[in-house]
Amino acid sequence: MSITIKDVEHVANLARLDLSEAEKEQFAGQLNAILKYAEKLNQLDTDGIEPTSHVLPLANVMRDDEVRDSWPVEKVLRNAPEEEDGQFRVPAVLE
Amino acid sequence: MSVFDLRLSELHNRLQNKQLSVTELVEHSFKRIAETDGEIGAFLTLNEEGARKEAQALDARLAEGGERGLLFGVPAGVKDNIVTESLRTTCGSKFLDNHDPIYDATVVSKLRSAQSVTIGKLNMDEFAMGGSNENSAYRAVRNPWNLERVPGGSSGGSAASVAAGQVYFSLGSDTGGSIRQPAAYCGVVGLKPTYGLVSRFGLVAFASSLDQIGPITKNVEDSAYVLQAIAGHDHRDSTSANVDVPDYLSALTGDVKGLRIGVPKEYIGQGVDPQVKERVLEALKVFESLGATWEEISLPHTEYAVATYYLLASSEASSNLARFDGVRYGVRADNPANLLDLYRRSRSEGFGPEVKRRIMLGTYALSSGYYDAYYKKAQQVRTLIKRDFDQAFEQYDLIIGPTAPTTAFKLGEQVNDPLTMYLNDICTIPVSLAGVPAISVPCGLAEGLPVGLQIIGKPFDESTVLRAAHAFESQAGFRDLRPALS
Repeated sequence: MSITIKDVEHVANLARLDLSEAEKEQFAGQLNAILKYAEKLNQLDTDGIEPTSHVLPLANVMRDDEVRDSWPVEKVLRNAPEEEDGQFRVPAVLE
Repeated sequence: MSVFDLRLSELHNRLQNKQLSVTELVEHSFKRIAETDGEIGAFLTLNEEGARKEAQALDARLAEGGERGLLFGVPAGVKDNIVTESLRTTCGSKFLDNHDPIYDATVVSKLRSAQSVTIGKLNMDEFAMGGSNENSAYRAVRNPWNLERVPGGSSGGSAASVAAGQVYFSLGSDTGGSIRQPAAYCGVVGLKPTYGLVSRFGLVAFASSLDQIGPITKNVEDSAYVLQAIAGHDHRDSTSANVDVPDYLSALTGDVKGLRIGVPKEYIGQGVDPQVKERVLEALKVFESLGATWEEISLPHTEYAVATYYLLASSEASSNLARFDGVRYGVRADNPANLLDLYRRSRSEGFGPEVKRRIMLGTYALSSGYYDAYYKKAQQVRTLIKRDFDQAFEQYDLIIGPTAPTTAFKLGEQVNDPLTMYLNDICTIPVSLAGVPAISVPCGLAEGLPVGLQIIGKPFDESTVLRAAHAFESQAGFRDLRPALS
């Protein structure tokens, strides 16, 4: 199975990336090579093998429900490309 | 001889006895950077004003007398994916070109408590994606041993700055080898701790199940000191392990008698440069002479590790890097037509090619219809890789091999061939997937370039890793190898 330009466009849309025609060509080729290499994993029978998402025996890490200060608004907005009235400004979501 | 070649204990004594001031150390750092960094390119941002002020404050405290910690006044560099409050942090990306963090990473707070002085922020592959530092959006870093060669990556600035004597030590981060491989290429000591030993709070996430911060130093003793300062549980990182941190210094006994070492045949087989293999075999003779024993073993799933890693790390990256959307920080595209256009154009303008490639790969592996075939399959193979290590550690105390299959390659040599570039990490990636600790320590030169010996330990057994590395270093005589950089 091989990645077409159409597949690249679909994945770029999911990833919220705009790619140039040259990038699409290049990524199609490179992703094909990488995924072809990754097919070697199919040599292994993994039926019944538990997936490892991380190596620590940790689940549902809890902390005490204590009231703590949150960041001051001016600090949080310090790197905002655009802000207004103490909030991040973005283009209209609903048109 | 540079003042940075002094042992930490000696440096400390000179500070305590007022033969040396923190200001002199900090000025030495900036002078060395001014002399060498035009060629090396290790630093992205210098903390000149902040470091000088800090040095003055520390000198005032020295004048008051009293005992100080060993890292007191010691100049350090910090990889630029570790956030530093009010000190520009770019992750080597144009996306965060003007990013001014509002807090310190936990490791930075800890270095501050130890009263080490942050000299500046170190160059890296963009978002830590790369093994040569050529993926920095700013400039490629050059290897102090040979300016035509890469320093390795992604912590290339961190390794090169220590090798070039610009800082006393540095912090790097390691996802698939990004501390160990550049340490090997630059002839310095790089430690990747057990996953969870060092807090990731304030480390800009690449692959959260693999990322780990660690020290890059000139010798093993310094590595133990820095690890001591940065290790420990942190409630702000939910993957931080709640374990007791032992005294790493007391582990440096020089005694490795009776240690059982496994040497994976997969790490010294095909694709490994014969001279690199030769240096590793010589290192094993040193261990024999010290009373340790070694045998060849097999980690049978090694050949699957690189494919597993690139699927898992890219999947995690595609999710983690979704936060760079042009809303809260970083690049925002001009005059967006709507919110979707804002996301798409900001990301496309802000990210470099390797970052886009990995986001694409990860998004594909996680997408509907391919999740089981790629992402889940890779997670299952990760289990098999981890079992290789679990089984080996039932019989052996340590696993030893090369850190990288070759020495530093030339700039430009592999940059257009991502797959070949990925295969440089064949000896470090399995270790990352298993989450176990490993150190790279210099074991000689091959054609004038440093070779790194990788010493891998059981989970949370940094003490044995450091003990073996220290004993080797003391016996083998490569501790004071320095590049002939003018």
